[in-house]
Amino acid sequence: MPEDEKPEATPAQAAPPVGPKPPAAPPPAKPAAKPPATMAVSPWEGELPGSLRQRFGDRITEFSIYLGQPFLAAKPEAVIPILEFLRLEASFDYLVDITAVDYPQRPERFDLIYILYSFARNERVRVKARIGQDDKPATATGVHLTANWLEREVFDMFGIEFAGHPDMRRILLPEDWEGYPLRKDKSILAQDNKWVEEHLGIESGQ
Amino acid sequence: MPDQTFLDSTELVLNMGPQHPSTHGVLRVVLKLDGEKVLGTDCVIGYLHRGVEKIGENRTYQQFAPYVDRMDYCAAVSNGLGYCLAVEKLLNAEAPPRAQAVRVILTELNRIASHLIWLGTHALDIGAITPLFYVMREREEILNIFEKYCGARLTTHAFRIGGLQYETYDTFEQDSKAVCDLVLPKIDEYERLLTGNRIWKGRLTNVGVLNAEDCKQYGVTGPMLRAAGVKWDLRKAQPYSGYEQYDFEIPTGTNGDTYDRYLVRMEEMRQSVRIIRQAVDRIPEGPIMAKIPKVIKPPVGEAYVSIEAPKGELGYFIVSDGSTQPYRLRVRPPSFVNLQALDKMARGALVADLVAIIGTIDIVLGEVDR
Repeated sequence: MPEDEKPEATPAQAAPPVGPKPPAAPPPAKPAAKPPATMAVSPWEGELPGSLRQRFGDRITEFSIYLGQPFLAAKPEAVIPILEFLRLEASFDYLVDITAVDYPQRPERFDLIYILYSFARNERVRVKARIGQDDKPATATGVHLTANWLEREVFDMFGIEFAGHPDMRRILLPEDWEGYPLRKDKSILAQDNKWVEEHLGIESGQ
Repeated sequence: MPDQTFLDSTELVLNMGPQHPSTHGVLRVVLKLDGEKVLGTDCVIGYLHRGVEKIGENRTYQQFAPYVDRMDYCAAVSNGLGYCLAVEKLLNAEAPPRAQAVRVILTELNRIASHLIWLGTHALDIGAITPLFYVMREREEILNIFEKYCGARLTTHAFRIGGLQYETYDTFEQDSKAVCDLVLPKIDEYERLLTGNRIWKGRLTNVGVLNAEDCKQYGVTGPMLRAAGVKWDLRKAQPYSGYEQYDFEIPTGTNGDTYDRYLVRMEEMRQSVRIIRQAVDRIPEGPIMAKIPKVIKPPVGEAYVSIEAPKGELGYFIVSDGSTQPYRLRVRPPSFVNLQALDKMARGALVADLVAIIGTIDIVLGEVDR
């Protein structure tokens, strides 16, 4: 439901307040219903999750749908067999994207996310796996060639190394750049000042 | 032919770009050559990397909207549409019908503009200089409509999350129709210059062939996939913004070579004209903004939404943690993924063909590097 909310006091990541502090916001007349802290998912049932469950058993931990988009969560070692199964036996022959999400507070720090599409079914599916900071998930290049650059970008941005990848180099940032910018503990202002000084001959403006 | 080369020389490594007129910006390709023959390529990209995804995670949903225009700056309207649809999906909201129709018109106009730029630069790479001046002339008329509509010509920021910021201006419908009437015969004119031209055909036919299976393996979408004979267009497969209401065809090729990709894009422009003409005739009355909160805080969740951008499938994967800023914002850029197939297409080709192959991918480095 649309609701006009009062501006919040200070969002967690906001810049330090400049100038006089705004007056304390008056308490809202009616406390708005708190949004749920987790995704309001519904279970994903049908033929495909059935056959996946039968094949992979408890290596797949979740079958859910959110906003009409189905996804499954799997143990990291099961991801490549699942991608193979989906490609060969369920015609999910187009790997749309691979990306990651960083949750630094969690013991298994990253969510790896594979987005798949099937031309025959006209359906999308997401495969998710939780991995730790030092884990080296297996590469998907053996299943989908497009995984090559996509995994290189994940490595570049998050520092997740893929085991067995034919060419595990940075792709967007320079080879000798330090740090992984899309990790949450990397501030948007932090960059490799040393690199900038060395290669561009300027002082970093940030 | 024996495996050994004429001089039996070692392979030559040659650097092409980033400052090279036919790499369409700052693409650098490290070539391994045997004489004129390409043995392998290695793309060095990232010269235009601005950390768009990181910026997205540090701005509110509305604040980030203008940034997406800076990715594929030849098709800024498409970028904006994809982003707005993705956030609307998370909010479970939908733009009102009037806004959807205007969105379709502007997006298709932008598709024509983007294809025109591709045609001009591609022909220029091959050595046909004239089309570039022609396409710039026609594209100007399209940019004029953008300018009259929202004040900007390239980085338009034409749409807002939930609909449109501005009502259409008085002569919007007439202008759009006039552009359609102007462009359609011009496309025939370009085709008269190029389609049957012996040099053009000689330079493009059977160059950079990518069959349907390869396209799927490499995740290649858009006109390149259709030129390989796959009749797949997200506007038809998973319609958004009311595309299901319009009659149009998906042009396909058969050989998956550079010449077919040229024909497919030419026909796509005609189909875009068809869509615009239908949409202009039936822009519904009504509001242009959906009722969405002023402060956008999508509920905790994630969604992947993609559209058929001029270059292929442009997707946004957004994770919301319930705050005003996206927790994670991933852009799935068509140019980046399509460029990966360059190596496959270029192996065994000549250096001169490589220029045609880079042109036919239709990359925009702003989107490759983000």
